[in-house]
Amino acid sequence: MEVAGEVLQSGSSQELHVLAVDDSYVDRKVIEKLLKISSCKVTAVESGARALQFLGLDGGKGSLGFNGLKVNLIMTDYSMPGMTGYELLKKIKRSSTFREIPVVIMSSENILTRIDSCLEEGAEEFLVKPVKLSDVKRLTKDCVTRGETEGKDGGRVDKRKLEDDNHTSSSSSIPSSPSTTTSFGCGLATSELPLSPMHSSKRAKLRDRD
Amino acid sequence: MGLVQLQRQLVDYRTSLYDEGFLDEQFTQLQELQDENNPDFVVEVVSLFFEDSERLLNELSKALEQQIIDFKRMDARVHQLKGSSSSIGAQRVRQLCIVFRNYCEAQNREGCQKCLQQVKHEYSIVKTKLESMFQLEQQILNAGGSIPV
Repeated sequence: MEVAGEVLQSGSSQELHVLAVDDSYVDRKVIEKLLKISSCKVTAVESGARALQFLGLDGGKGSLGFNGLKVNLIMTDYSMPGMTGYELLKKIKRSSTFREIPVVIMSSENILTRIDSCLEEGAEEFLVKPVKLSDVKRLTKDCVTRGETEGKDGGRVDKRKLEDDNHTSSSSSIPSSPSTTTSFGCGLATSELPLSPMHSSKRAKLRDRD
Repeated sequence: MGLVQLQRQLVDYRTSLYDEGFLDEQFTQLQELQDENNPDFVVEVVSLFFEDSERLLNELSKALEQQIIDFKRMDARVHQLKGSSSSIGAQRVRQLCIVFRNYCEAQNREGCQKCLQQVKHEYSIVKTKLESMFQLEQQILNAGGSIPV
């Protein structure tokens, strides 16, 4: 089946809109570039407060930014003055409107308790900085694929489980990058997202490409 | 100097920056992100790093001149400097920041002062070296050549 491959190549209708949050100018510039190279639209803001403002969570309308684009993915730095990435994550996950937007945390510090708390609060992934192009490409590619295959996979899967009902059970192989992953979903379509483990969807992609 | 010599000089210079530990793999990653659509990307990011660093180093100097030092705030600044130096691959600066943070945590004024001097020193060296490298690149472009990878 060539479907997944074709979608990724055709690009524009599946272009993700990513909201990047980081208090560092340097890091904002870099993440913006990484995302643009990965064919995403990017909005980069310098704080959690600005991010909430953009999303309209501070009393505004919806997840439509000023240019009317829905946000498909949020990538936020962990250590920021004012509101940390963790606090931003919690606010997003506690919002009925936005909790389905996947949130990825980036941090220069590889602290296990930090990673665990973020995943507990619903972060899709925790990336150790400096973030590599390969990380971003993988994230955004899986996001697009999830958007494509969602609806075919059936019901929600508990985040902690590493097996999905519709795929053969897979080994709980951890990706070799320093990030830790659980599940992924990007909400490119408007209906409810099933949460399937990333490695499982990778397996599906490999099968489809044969 | 001919174009070929200029290009060779650039390659040698760049290699030495890696060999001497001024730059690490992350700088290479940045260069790989540059393309025809954004040919000044590396220069732009590095310029942001220079601005950011100078601001942070100033703030750190001021903080250490105070009677009562706010080590927590200093640590936050050093953390920022560590982050941006890491993002552009300024290895020596980044490594010094790690040591600096330890002194902040230990609330060791003297240690912090020594570290700040060292960071300022390393920062000015890497700044000079990167500027020289960019100048060489510009010379090559002006001579109609392309930057060797």
